[in-house]
Amino acid sequence: MPNPKKRHSRCKRMQRRSHDALTTPAVSTCPQCGEAKRPHYVCPSCGTYRGKTVIKKDEAL
Amino acid sequence: MRHNRDEKRFDRRPGHLKSMLSNMTNDLVISGRIKTTIPKAKVLRRFAERMITLGKDGTLAARRRAMAFMRSKEAVTKLFVEVAPQYKERNGGYTRILKLGVRPGDNASMAFIELVEGAATVAQAAEKAKAKKAPAKPRAKAPAKKAASTAPAREKAPKAIAKKEPVEKKPRKTATKARSGT
Repeated sequence: MPNPKKRHSRCKRMQRRSHDALTTPAVSTCPQCGEAKRPHYVCPSCGTYRGKTVIKKDEAL
Repeated sequence: MRHNRDEKRFDRRPGHLKSMLSNMTNDLVISGRIKTTIPKAKVLRRFAERMITLGKDGTLAARRRAMAFMRSKEAVTKLFVEVAPQYKERNGGYTRILKLGVRPGDNASMAFIELVEGAATVAQAAEKAKAKKAPAKPRAKAPAKKAASTAPAREKAPKAIAKKEPVEKKPRKTATKARSGT
């Protein structure tokens, strides 16, 4: 069976992982309720988008 | 090879794909707004707007072409009689896609796709749902009051927006109430 001949150095390992970084998701603040939300998305907490109520979300529920 | 072809197939064979799209178009015309995944919404937009353009034409030939795709008399009639005339002054851009975030279960990104002039239709549908579920009323009142009480706290927004809102909100509020019941 084929097997690695040599153990990779720390340097090789880190080089391999140089592309594995996670990116931070974009976050903006909802102008209606001030909660954090994804830009260009309907606000999940108050259900508005660009000043208009789009969905559901009675705050009491 | 399918190099550089822009159609999306959603893992469906042509017949399945076609019926899915025509069903979704019908649903959109009848309900005014449907919830689906973002990629499907984006593909649907193309077909739905094509149908509305046919509806604006309004001739018998156009009606038959619409019928060939939509295959539903009910939807085509509504499209030609109610929906399309609202778009007389608009050249394209009849639909709007609102991104909603991710669906629990398969993490699919979801969106509403709605007819731009369809707010009335959505409200109507909500009204119907409301009529069906009469006991939803007492529950619906409380959130409305709360919304009013929290409104002044948010007055940081520029006045123009604050003024606009109450006018635009009214038809939607009924929709909001009705949904709380479901």
